Amino acid sequence: MIATILLAATIRVSAAASLTDALGEIARRYGKDAIVFNFGASSLLARQIIEGAPADAFVSADEQQMNRLQQRGLIMARRNILSNTLVVVVPADSRIAIGSPNELIAVRKIAIAQPDTVPAGVYAREYLQHAGVWDRVASRIVPTENVRAALAAVESGNVDAGIVYLTDGLSSRRVKIAYRVTNGPKITYPAAVIAGSREKAAALRFLDYLQSDPARQIFRRYGFLLP
Amino acid sequence: MTETSDTAIVLFTLQSALISTAIVIPIGLAISWALARLRWPGKSLVETSVALPLVMPPVATGLLLLKFFGRHGPLHGLVEVVFTWRAVVIAMVVMSMPLFVRSARVALEEVNVRYEHVARTLGASEARVFFAITLPLALRGIVAGTVLALARAIGEFGATIVVAGNIPGRTTTLSLAIFDRIELGKDSDAYRLLVISVIIAFVALWINEAVVRRRPAH
Repeated sequence: MIATILLAATIRVSAAASLTDALGEIARRYGKDAIVFNFGASSLLARQIIEGAPADAFVSADEQQMNRLQQRGLIMARRNILSNTLVVVVPADSRIAIGSPNELIAVRKIAIAQPDTVPAGVYAREYLQHAGVWDRVASRIVPTENVRAALAAVESGNVDAGIVYLTDGLSSRRVKIAYRVTNGPKITYPAAVIAGSREKAAALRFLDYLQSDPARQIFRRYGFLLP
Repeated sequence: MTETSDTAIVLFTLQSALISTAIVIPIGLAISWALARLRWPGKSLVETSVALPLVMPPVATGLLLLKFFGRHGPLHGLVEVVFTWRAVVIAMVVMSMPLFVRSARVALEEVNVRYEHVARTLGASEARVFFAITLPLALRGIVAGTVLALARAIGEFGATIVVAGNIPGRTTTLSLAIFDRIELGKDSDAYRLLVISVIIAFVALWINEAVVRRRPAH
């Protein structure tokens, strides 16, 4: 409370749940203003902002959700702050060697997030389609509710492989990364100031800080890539 | 900032659930009494509306609350609700009200109206009849409803995350924290909170059973 009074402003940032740890650390490092986060699925956060829930900035894990807000004229100063890439993971004790999408054809079960609605799943499907193997693996896909559930399915050994974000692949010791997707879909994390905010200048200042070297170092440590 | 202590989360959850239950009891009693004792136009409409959150997906209830209290809603500007502790309490009230009313209404209906008539013929006012005759006779069902409402409030998730958000240290309840930890792959943190939540639920339901099973005193 005392800190809030002494600082210049309090900025309310709605941010994708996958950024919880990295953004938390950056906010503690950031001395200028107090940051209050609201973490959740990007689609829910976008919905809340559309309904007029209070927020000064939005960091989305998904361009589509930011587009929804942009089409309604609800945001300004949009920029891409991060990117991510897909990886194919297998259980840590797995002896299956996979190095390319063609080798996924031989795998019995592959977990990906729901391939129609969940961003990570949509990206995974686009990657497999682009590689020309989607039709041949589709029957062996195990769709999960979100990307974390896909990771958990691999961790538990209930599936032979999974396609998740690099950040997820790095976060678990119970999986190993079979290979990184280098020619996959472009995955970016857009950030923007909310047009109706009363703290636009402070929100902009924080978004600029997210693109500064100290912040980027923290993001990189959590496995994020820079655009 | 993101590492709110377990104790703080549990205290916030219990505190919100207690406030919620304190709101549910008087409003719920009034509704239950009106449903059990009176005939009035629109009765079935109120009956259905109160039960609705029991059937609707909690997330949908949350969305309605968000629309209602949001910037474009009819109640905007009176007091800030969305993304505050008030939103947490309101979500809890709406979600636990049906459980209380179901229980309290049945309890009130089971009270023999003859006792109430006798009290009236002896000159007791309506308020006196309610507090001296009806309430004590229906107490078991009301207490059971209260415990259920409290337990439902503690466990509330779907409506809360939509209307109150998941703001560490401000609106993060036990359920939200568990979800959040699972999403982030912090399994041990999630399991620790899970154990706490199981203990709370167990105690609440055990008290409920004890109250319901106890033989009436009269």
